[in-house]
Amino acid sequence: MPLLWLILIVLVLGAAGYVAGRQRAMSSAGGDPRHLHSLPVYYGSNVALFATVPALLVLVVWLIAQPMYIDRTVAGEIPAADIPQGSTLGLVMSDVRRVAEGLDLAISQGVMTAEEEGALVAGESGIREKLAQVGVALGSDVSPITLASARHYRDMTATGNLVRDVLVLLLAVGGFGYAFSKTNRDFRARNTVEHAIKLSLILSASIAILTTVGIVLSLVFNTVEFFRLYPAAEFFLGTTWSPSFGGGSSLGVLPLLWGTLYISFIALAVAVPIGLFAAIYLSEYASPKVRAFAKPLLEVLAGIPTIVYGLFALLTVGPLLVSAFGDGGLFGVNWMSGASSVSTAGLVMGIMLIPFVSSLSDDIINAVPQAMRDGSFGLGATKSETVKQVVMPAALPGIVGAILLAASRAIGETMIVVLGAGAAARLSMNPLEAMTTVTAKIVSQLTGDADFASPEALVAFALGMSLFVMTLCLNVLALYIVRKYREQYD
Amino acid sequence: MYDNPNLERKVAQNETKISARNVQVFYGDSQAIKDVNIEIEARTVTAFIGPSGCGKSTFLRCLNRMNDTIDICRVEGEINLDGENIYDKRVDPVQLRAKVGMVFQKPNPFPKSIYDNIAYGPRIHGLAKNKADLDEIVEKALRRGAIWNEVKDRLHAPGTGLSGGQQQRLCIARAVATEPEVLLMDEPCSALDPIATSQVEELIDELREQYAVVIVTHSMQQAARVSQKTAFFHLGNLVEYGDTGQIFTNPKDPRTESYITGRIG
Amino acid sequence: MTDATANTPKHGTSLYTESPRVKKRNAAERRFQIYGIAAVATGLVFLIVLLTSILSNGVGAFQQTFVNVPIYLDAAKLDKKGERNIEDIKKVSTFGYQPLIDDALFAIVEENVSPNPLAKPKDTKALISASAVAQLRDYVIAHPEKIGETVDFRLLGSSRVDGYIKGRVTRESIARDKNINAEHLDIVDVLREKGVVKREFNMAFITGADASESRPEQAGMGVSMLGSLFMMIVVLVLSLPIGVAASIYLEEFAPQNKWTDLIEVNISNLAAVPSIVFGILGLAVFIQFAGLPQSAPLVGGLVLTLMTLPTIIISTRAALKAVPPSIRDAALGLGASKMQSVFHHVLPLAMPGILTGTIIGLAQALGETAPLLLIGMVGYIASNYPTGPLAGFMDPNSAMPAQIYEWAKRADPAYYERAWGGIIILLLFLITMNIIAIILRRRFERRW
Repeated sequence: MPLLWLILIVLVLGAAGYVAGRQRAMSSAGGDPRHLHSLPVYYGSNVALFATVPALLVLVVWLIAQPMYIDRTVAGEIPAADIPQGSTLGLVMSDVRRVAEGLDLAISQGVMTAEEEGALVAGESGIREKLAQVGVALGSDVSPITLASARHYRDMTATGNLVRDVLVLLLAVGGFGYAFSKTNRDFRARNTVEHAIKLSLILSASIAILTTVGIVLSLVFNTVEFFRLYPAAEFFLGTTWSPSFGGGSSLGVLPLLWGTLYISFIALAVAVPIGLFAAIYLSEYASPKVRAFAKPLLEVLAGIPTIVYGLFALLTVGPLLVSAFGDGGLFGVNWMSGASSVSTAGLVMGIMLIPFVSSLSDDIINAVPQAMRDGSFGLGATKSETVKQVVMPAALPGIVGAILLAASRAIGETMIVVLGAGAAARLSMNPLEAMTTVTAKIVSQLTGDADFASPEALVAFALGMSLFVMTLCLNVLALYIVRKYREQYD
Repeated sequence: MYDNPNLERKVAQNETKISARNVQVFYGDSQAIKDVNIEIEARTVTAFIGPSGCGKSTFLRCLNRMNDTIDICRVEGEINLDGENIYDKRVDPVQLRAKVGMVFQKPNPFPKSIYDNIAYGPRIHGLAKNKADLDEIVEKALRRGAIWNEVKDRLHAPGTGLSGGQQQRLCIARAVATEPEVLLMDEPCSALDPIATSQVEELIDELREQYAVVIVTHSMQQAARVSQKTAFFHLGNLVEYGDTGQIFTNPKDPRTESYITGRIG
Repeated sequence: MTDATANTPKHGTSLYTESPRVKKRNAAERRFQIYGIAAVATGLVFLIVLLTSILSNGVGAFQQTFVNVPIYLDAAKLDKKGERNIEDIKKVSTFGYQPLIDDALFAIVEENVSPNPLAKPKDTKALISASAVAQLRDYVIAHPEKIGETVDFRLLGSSRVDGYIKGRVTRESIARDKNINAEHLDIVDVLREKGVVKREFNMAFITGADASESRPEQAGMGVSMLGSLFMMIVVLVLSLPIGVAASIYLEEFAPQNKWTDLIEVNISNLAAVPSIVFGILGLAVFIQFAGLPQSAPLVGGLVLTLMTLPTIIISTRAALKAVPPSIRDAALGLGASKMQSVFHHVLPLAMPGILTGTIIGLAQALGETAPLLLIGMVGYIASNYPTGPLAGFMDPNSAMPAQIYEWAKRADPAYYERAWGGIIILLLFLITMNIIAIILRRRFERRW
């Protein structure tokens, strides 16, 4: 039975359950809803939920689990000797799946009958041509083992689908019957329905945890795989980064970390003083008019997507720096050869972070109680003395937290460095030289044509893992500090 | 607590410290203070009383220009400190506030050590020549704040760790440390328990010997206990001003009488 | 009472004169204030520089150089049998149309420029976009009856000609350019005066598809806009209900326990996880593990949903928190269940705040690029419109920011202008969304 039909039947059962449940409840109350425990809607919804939810849940799980199970079983049956030279089990399996899919299509479209399919012999009966007719293109002729596996695959899928259909329908009908039989005027339908709603709320809230688990798992599995192919010590302590997709790469993370930290440092050196002073000015000095005008304008900088900053770095700031420090430039020095450099990326990233630092600091400075300032003014302190000696020390933990958050942003920023920092991994002190970062290399290692199983591609996950751990530590620390700070003044 | 000795005390010989002429205060369009004239004497405790929102705190904050920190607040008229108009263009509020200290409703110690809290004022005004000098100033201020014995062993503990009453006395000591001539107190006891209140009141009485003290209070008993002069404010007007004993026993204005007997407030 | 004016100041200092120390302190005060003004001004200057460089570089993308050529649709070349049979006409490939354009253009040059610097009709190729032949062929197939007539065509100028008109290409810069030489530019100068070559508004940049690397003059944002649209539909449909449900649970029902704490810490953390990490998640989970197609807006939408959820949850919780407890108490006091009080009263009151947060979250997602790189939405030429809604979700496509990145990476500087232009379009969308959010907030904001 096609999947769509199955889902439709379950849904129709649900709709019928709603009507039936409602009516049964009403008739048990003698047609007067005042005698019911809950509103009639709840009785209907209750039956509908019982008819659909368990069935659809099982269906979803089945849809995910069945292909994985069959894949594993079939793959386990292919002897290693039958995998052609230069190929992998994965490639053979994808052939198997395509052939199986193609055969299904061919039969459903009437290109061949089931009997004809049974009579197919690998290498002879033009399977490739037949499948090409239904739009499944194969790279080479079908080998006997592929055909056999594909047949097994089809058989298992067919059986699996049948069991699935029966099970789902049984569950739907069973749920319907159970809930329907329990429906009477004293049944607490609202509580059951509300329970179900609450469950779905909890599930939604747990997605945050699932996402984190997903991130961690996808990083951990691939990182472990990478360290199986490439020694961890060389990754963490290596000072050269030169991936070559033919093999024999050195994949030391240190030059990338250096680039990341250097660029982040420049970015913070730009963003922290400007952002902090802007926040102090706007919260302590500016008239309401100036504040109402300047604050949203500064925050526009935060709303601009990073790709825009990336382009700004590549095409505006980079050339500008070259025209100042490059060959024949404003200062008559030749310190800079290309538009991409640590300073280019750092400067632009700093601009991006100004509103981030300033609005976080602004919140934090505003959280310092006015009584504190009054106390200082009352003693005859000037505004700047009050800010420097009373407000800032009081706000310090919060501001440190804000700076840590900004640092975490800088470390994780991708588009600006991909476009503005360059591609060369080197350990150098010169801020006008091109360097690269962890994030930029994640992009370049995963957008190339590398095989996902090669260390050159897998290294991206190890880089991602390092990035995730670094930013996680910064975030947790920063959030903790900020939280403690806020509690102090609440 | 002592039994209102102030009524007997003769205070007429003191010179005027602050005199206000036709003071009007506006918050945006609404007028908070209407045409107030008052002479505040040196070495006297002057109490401002009146129902909530009558303008007594606003007027107090005018005396050391704390209202400058509020954008929409506008002050008209003349307030003279030792004959100099503090709203003159040439006057720097910073310099003024060094002479006219202030203690606030809620104790507001800085999140620093007790020592640094006291030393803050002397440091910014450059009152100490060296460390020893500063130590001396801090000790003197803490003694005058009647809190020295309680904190002398933990001068470097945070000021926020003290009890409410101790914090308020710390704040008074902090204000005293800058050697002001006038001390303004905005309901200094409203956040304190009765025992702490009586300690602060005793302290105020002692401070009278050196400073002109102006205290805003919503407690009539407190005004009667600590002050020699009392001013009654109502709806932004200064209704009556005179010796505390006279105000409480023989008010001239019917509004004062109603307030004191508890009919308005 | 004694006379006030008789007093002399006790400290010996008059309030009217600044003491030296106060002078110094006030100078420090002014310096400090100047630092603050300088910081704000620097931030604003950066903003102005950024916006001017976007506008000055990007506006050109909305205009394009067109060449108006009357072309004789030669029956001998396009329909040899002369039967006007559409199948026969279709057999003529774009290759067959090239001579028609070359001849027509050569004739115009002959007519206007003397002496004609070009030796043969083929030399005119440098003036016209390589896409012109396809335009011609499409026209002929749509209007076979026009064969044998002369029709006026508005053809795209080549990117070099376009660059010359816009000032990007100069006579110096083409010295070593194989595609065009100085004679061509002389011709362009003359033809421009005669009104044959014109710079006009280019709708195709907004609605068109991406083009191959060698034809920047033809590239447009249209298809990637659709890609973004389909992604945003996924994000909206998933993140709004899930985000609201999660917030309701955390704000209204969650007991104070470890699990709730864990969820809260998780959410605030996810909001700060670098976006590229979400890209890795999408690649590993949705593409490698679940086997969803690469480059599909569906996958992009899923990844962006996970990224947007924390934003939506945080703003939704703030909106729920802003509804005063008295409303809940009132409903509960009438005998409503907790669930009813939330869904009948609290949620509707919080809705403007929730929608504002959602729009802002969507705007963030719309501009997000890094995760899209990893799930394959770049390096791919989005040259076909999706054939239907399902294909819109499942077929490979680009997205606006990914398209901009793609253009920024291409070697031809003519694409830079396109990238800036793309940014203008992207920013217009973001501005619109933010304005809607602001209006919503202003219109429905309630102070309790």
